[in-house]
Amino acid sequence: MVSKKYYFKGYRSILTHDSPAIALTCCFIAIGALFKNLGFNIQESIFSTVLTYALPGSLVMAESMLIGASLLNIFLAVWFVNARLYPMAVSLFPLMMHKSQPKWKYYFSCHFIAVSAWLIMKSNYKKIPKEHRIDYWIGIGSATVSVSVIGTFIGFSFSEFLNKDMMMGLAILNPVYFLCMMVGAAKTIQITLSVVLGLILGPIIYLLSPEWSILLAGIIGGTVAYLLGEYNVS
Amino acid sequence: MSANIVYAILVTSLATFLSRFLGAVTSQGIKETSKLFKWFNCLAYATLAALIARTIIFPAGILMDASYSSRLSVVLLSVFVFFISKKNFVYPTIFSAICMAVINNYI
Repeated sequence: MVSKKYYFKGYRSILTHDSPAIALTCCFIAIGALFKNLGFNIQESIFSTVLTYALPGSLVMAESMLIGASLLNIFLAVWFVNARLYPMAVSLFPLMMHKSQPKWKYYFSCHFIAVSAWLIMKSNYKKIPKEHRIDYWIGIGSATVSVSVIGTFIGFSFSEFLNKDMMMGLAILNPVYFLCMMVGAAKTIQITLSVVLGLILGPIIYLLSPEWSILLAGIIGGTVAYLLGEYNVS
Repeated sequence: MSANIVYAILVTSLATFLSRFLGAVTSQGIKETSKLFKWFNCLAYATLAALIARTIIFPAGILMDASYSSRLSVVLLSVFVFFISKKNFVYPTIFSAICMAVINNYI
């Protein structure tokens, strides 16, 4: 089963002085308020946060529902937006694979793949023995989902008190937080180049193909950064 | 719960879980020291950076009402705060929310 020691160590990782908990809560406060404006009830809002647990996907669902999109359209739009989770999973799970751990833990805990949890794990995995990294990861995931649920609840309950300026403040907080985390994580040539190229290519490709811009920028920017990094090493 | 909303939530969660699950399944044969792993790591960081840049420059939702210059100013000032606060994540994040509300209201 899950090692309690490492599970709670992971759970407590969001209680650090530079924790993502505040930013994550604020982002989900905005989502909670948005859900209420869309006509969701509190159960549906929390159900959505727990089951989806990805901000861009939730936003796309909300926007699609506003324009009356079909379920197939919602599925495809969310799938495109959240396709970024695939390389994130592939670049994280090999760090946690251990033959002593059952596979169900990996399949279950892949649900926790999201930017905040992924960046926390990437910054801390070296401090945890490989055998127990999956338990630590489940702890991080449980903590970030808990915080997201609390944020959704607060946003839903207090949506009437959130004016437009406050909602804008909550909306800018998410990209700023992720940007700072990524700048902080850029410690090698390959990662630094990946971040810089992604930042440049994302908006440029958006002008040509809005639907594919994130994936194309990721593939082109990431591949160029990888090749330049390998060339620099050799 | 309304049936339409529940179906939309289920479809959204299925579409999200699909990428996560496929990633977990296909990553099983990849070693963390392999070139393939390094490449995927670069792809993940570049994809996230592209998502962040798109959110700031071509936002969806409420941020569309803020001007391009105000969004960019807030982000640049927040990154500056990040560096002068010795790479603390909380200060620039809180600063960005307050700064955005102030700029949008008074400037």
